Amino acid sequence: MESPAVELIDLVKRYGGSTAVDGLSLRAERGAVTAVLGPNGAGKTSTVEICEGFRTADSGTVRVLGLPPDRPALRPRVGVMLQAGGVPPAMRCGEFLRLISRFYARPLDASALLVRLGLAEHARTPYRRLSGGQQQRLSLAAAVIGRPELVFLDEPTAGLDPQARHACWDLVGELRAAGVSVVLTTHHMDEAERLADQVVIIDRGRVVAEGSPESLTGAERQLRFRARPGLSLDELLNALPGGSAAKESPAGHYIIEGQVGPELLATVTTWCAAEGVMAADLSIERRTLEDVFLELTGRELR
Amino acid sequence: MTTLDFTPAPVAAPFARMVLAQAAAETRQTLRNGEQLLLTLIIPVLLLVGFSLAPLIDIGGGRRIDFLAPGVLALAIMSTAFTGQAIATGFERRYGVLKRLGATPLSRAGLLLAKTVAVLAVEGVQVVVIVAVALALGWRPQGSPVAAVLLVLLGTAAFSGLGLLMAGLLRAEATLAAANLVYLVLLGAGGVIFPLDKFPAGVRPALELLPISALTRGLRSVLAEGAALPLGALAVLAAWAVLSLGLASRTFRWE
Repeated sequence: MESPAVELIDLVKRYGGSTAVDGLSLRAERGAVTAVLGPNGAGKTSTVEICEGFRTADSGTVRVLGLPPDRPALRPRVGVMLQAGGVPPAMRCGEFLRLISRFYARPLDASALLVRLGLAEHARTPYRRLSGGQQQRLSLAAAVIGRPELVFLDEPTAGLDPQARHACWDLVGELRAAGVSVVLTTHHMDEAERLADQVVIIDRGRVVAEGSPESLTGAERQLRFRARPGLSLDELLNALPGGSAAKESPAGHYIIEGQVGPELLATVTTWCAAEGVMAADLSIERRTLEDVFLELTGRELR
Repeated sequence: MTTLDFTPAPVAAPFARMVLAQAAAETRQTLRNGEQLLLTLIIPVLLLVGFSLAPLIDIGGGRRIDFLAPGVLALAIMSTAFTGQAIATGFERRYGVLKRLGATPLSRAGLLLAKTVAVLAVEGVQVVVIVAVALALGWRPQGSPVAAVLLVLLGTAAFSGLGLLMAGLLRAEATLAAANLVYLVLLGAGGVIFPLDKFPAGVRPALELLPISALTRGLRSVLAEGAALPLGALAVLAAWAVLSLGLASRTFRWE
């Protein structure tokens, strides 16, 4: 049987006294897009950098395409996009991509890839004069130019404008369609929901949930609307069927959970009419990945 | 929209092609960098022209250009193999370039080889320019070119080891400052322009053991005096090379 793209078992990584990765196990399948989600400091980058061979785990098993991650044989097979940097500041955009392409026997055409990522007109621009988003796109281009089997993207869309973000998403879609395995870290839930076959949520160095976006958000629906902040929800709760919940989060945004059906909808709108409340943006939706994420990882800032 | 075929075809390029590509990129970076050119070409050429035309130093007999040309060649070798390489490598680590290259099929051995090739290529440019200027100033080199090349290669190895050792141990900014300071000190105290016999007898034996002094002395004895093979200087350079490369390989950090 073909080994998975990435397999981690009981991975542990400590820096001095603090434990960045604390017994983490995950499996990224071949040909799939796996998104690793987590708050800042959850251990995402440590985990990915161990897979990339930049760091060594203190304990646990790491297999990348079935091999230990430090094997030289993996280098042409694995494409890497670092979170930042990696390019000499004075080196020109096109020069860097061509240099990287020369390390591979059958690379993509550097010019075509530059065009594709909107960098063609910056081909002669030194790296330090590129905008943050352009630098990110160059880094993405360098990760895929060698036509790897597996690509690691560490926060590929951080700091990108919407156009560039969509270009990146399209590229990930094409990689997947071509049979490339992709492992990406992100804290954009919409990115994970849109791209990933498999989502792994990690917090404090451990996996707290995993599954397809659909299985994580579940079939449960919720009713949401906006209105003036500070409505008293107690009366509404009394009117609602038992087992329902209502909360205001953040201020002015109301979420009703429970048996979301025609009756519940009618109850809510009736109550609104009685209170003289105009409910805006009323919608019935599945929980989003963001809801799941916040539930699992808490709301406090870190 | 351009269509690109992302179907995996993961094959590394042949080793020699990777090394040459990296070496060519590093050579271009050096030759394009203004501060580096100041250090590697402009200062040596200015010293050569200035001190050979004006009677600023007492070299104790002989023609000034015959004394200066070997010293300036040694300085040029040091500026590229030590100063330039230390600074460039320090900043490459700081900017994550070494890390990024570590994720490509170019191995670390390949990267070091590429750096060596790039240093030798830049030195080639330096030697051509300095020799041309010196010949125009009336330089008449003696001795065996083979011995001179051997000295340059051993000197390059010794200075590269020291440069990589420094870049591996210090932060990039500290490397920048320290490498320039060492360049200045060795320029003054290594017999490049000021003859070592002008220094007090007490410090002279120590100065003689500096790599720059050994390279200068060796090149001078071959090119000015026609010596066959300056074994003393070669031995000093070889010792520095073994020591510095050995230490650098143990202490170097890629990240």
